[in-house]
Amino acid sequence: MKRRSFVRALALAASIAAIGTSSATFAQQKTVKVGILHSLSGTMAISETVLKDTALMAIEEINAQGGVMGHKIEPVVVDPASNWPLFAEKARQLLTQDKAAVVFGCWTSVSRKSVLPVFEELNGLLFYPVQYEGEEISKNVFYTGAAPNQQAIPAVEYLMSKDGGAAKRWVLLGTDYVYPRTTNKILRAFLKSKGVADSDIMEEYTPFGHSDYQTIIAKIKRFSAEGKKTAVVSTINGDSNVPFYKELGNQGLKATDVPVVAFSVGEEELRGVDTKPLVGHLAAWNYFMSIKAPANDAWTKKWATYAKTKNIAGHKDKPLTNDPMEATYIGVYMWKQAVEKAKSFEVDKVRVAMYGQTFTAPSGITSTMDAKNHHLHKAVFIGEVKADGQFNVVWKTKGPVKAQPWSPFIPGNDKKKDEPALMADKKG
Amino acid sequence: MRARAALVAALFLSTGAWALDRAQVEKLASDDNDEKIAAIAALVAEGDPKAADVLKQAAEGEIELDGKKVEVVVNNRVRGRIAEALSVLKLLSEDRNERLSAAKALSGGADAAMLPLILKAKEKEADAEIKALLEMTAAGVQIKSEDKAMRLAAIRTLGESANPNARALLTEAAADADEEIKLEARRSLSAVESRLVWGEWLGLAFAGVSLGSILLLAALGLAITYGLMGVINMAHGELIMIGAYTTYVVQNLFRGSGFFDWYLLAAIPAAFMVSAAVGMLLERSVIRWLYGRPLETLLATWGISLVLIQAVRTLFGAQNVQVENPAFMSGGVQVLANVVLPWSRIWIIAFACLVLLQVYFLLTRTRLGLYIRGVTQNRDMAACVGVPTARIDTWAFGLGSGIAGLAGCALSQLGNVGPDLGQGYIVDSFLVVVFGGVGQLAGTVYAALTLGFANKLLESWSGAVLAKIALLVFIIIFIQRRPQGLFALKGRAVEA
Repeated sequence: MKRRSFVRALALAASIAAIGTSSATFAQQKTVKVGILHSLSGTMAISETVLKDTALMAIEEINAQGGVMGHKIEPVVVDPASNWPLFAEKARQLLTQDKAAVVFGCWTSVSRKSVLPVFEELNGLLFYPVQYEGEEISKNVFYTGAAPNQQAIPAVEYLMSKDGGAAKRWVLLGTDYVYPRTTNKILRAFLKSKGVADSDIMEEYTPFGHSDYQTIIAKIKRFSAEGKKTAVVSTINGDSNVPFYKELGNQGLKATDVPVVAFSVGEEELRGVDTKPLVGHLAAWNYFMSIKAPANDAWTKKWATYAKTKNIAGHKDKPLTNDPMEATYIGVYMWKQAVEKAKSFEVDKVRVAMYGQTFTAPSGITSTMDAKNHHLHKAVFIGEVKADGQFNVVWKTKGPVKAQPWSPFIPGNDKKKDEPALMADKKG
Repeated sequence: MRARAALVAALFLSTGAWALDRAQVEKLASDDNDEKIAAIAALVAEGDPKAADVLKQAAEGEIELDGKKVEVVVNNRVRGRIAEALSVLKLLSEDRNERLSAAKALSGGADAAMLPLILKAKEKEADAEIKALLEMTAAGVQIKSEDKAMRLAAIRTLGESANPNARALLTEAAADADEEIKLEARRSLSAVESRLVWGEWLGLAFAGVSLGSILLLAALGLAITYGLMGVINMAHGELIMIGAYTTYVVQNLFRGSGFFDWYLLAAIPAAFMVSAAVGMLLERSVIRWLYGRPLETLLATWGISLVLIQAVRTLFGAQNVQVENPAFMSGGVQVLANVVLPWSRIWIIAFACLVLLQVYFLLTRTRLGLYIRGVTQNRDMAACVGVPTARIDTWAFGLGSGIAGLAGCALSQLGNVGPDLGQGYIVDSFLVVVFGGVGQLAGTVYAALTLGFANKLLESWSGAVLAKIALLVFIIIFIQRRPQGLFALKGRAVEA
């Protein structure tokens, strides 16, 4: 089976190469390779698979409009299988073998940390589309997801407010890896600055792929009965969210008593969960499918048709869009704009051209790439789960917020520069 | 025609609303949540049952004003108040059950604005049970009042409660500046806590039994193939996975029909048969050539497990598939104020018991069981007296695989169904079988329950990550001290 597909791939590669050379000679249609590095299997596949499809949709649209600088984009899709070291291997393969001009990929911070040295060593370019813990600015990465001050901090502030239920006690619950640990470190410092005592904060972690949330929910219940209004901040990632929310619903922990705000749960993760008992639990993102904006209507419609024609499992019957999909989409288009501005595919030139790029995002808000710190300016939305699995926006910022990748709540960060260190600085 | 109907409907509805305070209804759609909450309280204060209709509409996100739909943004805070207001309105109902459920819903606590109505309902109430519940709710509000005598009385009333909310309220009162209140609150608090502790232990015990039942289902099949037959079957987890996928396929066949809630009844035998068939095929084609060579069996079955995972990936895709719970499996039953037992887990515990009983019956009361035991104890002798040992091996392996399929069917109701499903259970299954003692069904049962309890107990102390590590360390030490497991076969029966 493996050998046959290898032979077939070889034949395909040969024929593509043949077409490539012939079209270069006759049709003058040149191509540029672009890598897509998302887990299509394993525990993260629930979240990441659809990002691959979103990137492919954006690429197909750009190709239909004539490509980038007359080059047709040729996507190279690889599957790092929720295996962090494999992410680095596949990234190296994309940069050295396929000579990808840019890579769109990664979800978990541990996968990003794994590929980062590869991108820095080979001077590649990565667009990272997911909210994360900050504490990083690499000149080889553009972060189109939210930094903590664009998601985590506003969400906690909302829950502290009168409208959010004036929570006084906090459960910080997450999957055991770098993103939840760092986010919770930032949140703990933030809560302390707001006068929350250490005894009013409970931190809990579970392994990746954990599926039995009985004791954790019992613990949350006990903690919340120890006095004052309690809220849960969930940084659970991947398919563990399905058993977590099922257990939450079955055990009858209502949002009006103990609200759960999640940073990695969107429309896609709740597919297949009975959301009726979960009404009112929250998520903080920079985009929701339910946002009422003409740009969003057009985008969701486009996705629905794309999913139908490509026969994407699940989405062909019930198309859903979410925040990391939007961030992926913004990333692909911003890269195209930057290439056209730089008139080159060279990473160093594209990077400079990226600064200050703008794009009207599906959320209806014009996102701007910061002039220095590689992060997008994004508006923050907080939504409550509705019975149909969509989110009802209950709070939003007035306009886009500038990202603070170095959170002021981690000591020592005030001395760090809000821009990537260049090679010259590093050597010096 | 339609326009006229709409007009009539609008007129009817708006006159309905006009009976209420029009200004208050309008305020429901305001942008300010404080105003909305004040409006809810005002609407309820009138005690008009029509208020319930408007509030229900508002909770859905839209109210009718002059026949036009007006959007109401409802967040948790407003939704909680609406639910409370609806319960308060129901307290005036004639139906006892309705009043009781409303009083229960309110026992979690109520807003100060609702107090007069709750007190009024309490005065009128004849039923003792409802009255007691309302008294608790009222005390929950009164504990925050200005009047010291009232606060003390409220603290004493709350001391009778077994509700986690009472504990939260009393904890706050126990930190009060007033000595007398502090003392009284502490006394009440310890009374409430001692009641709540029971619930916590019950919850923990249930979680342990539930995990134990899952481990038992996963390991029971292995206890037969590994324990009785001595085959180290690394593909056991994949047989579980096949059972889960069979459930998924059966569910899809039932989708859209009126019998969707009953798909599990069909899925259980289907999962058993598909997994058993795959298992028997494996036995006939691969494993039977490897009896007595554990290392080769281990490698071969590990290879098979990879093949099966890849086959499922090719057939169904690498992503998880969704298995929906039928209606009777979702939700839970409230046993105590702080203990809710999920139906899905209760059903699975019952299912595990049933499977265990049937396996026991099969092994001890049927001819096949007799043969299996005979072949296990002394293969040569069994062959001499005319037992077709090769065929018995196939049947026994099929039985073990089929039970793995049943485990998959049960697991699909709790967790995710994906190609890697089995990988997460293979280690646990071997742990249970080895811990319980190889070749012993009773050992498997005790081991599954012990490990389930131990895991949950450790989890509640140290968190899920450390609990897993501690358990593995415990097993390593245990196996070193007692390699034969909890229950060892005694006597001459053991083969060399």
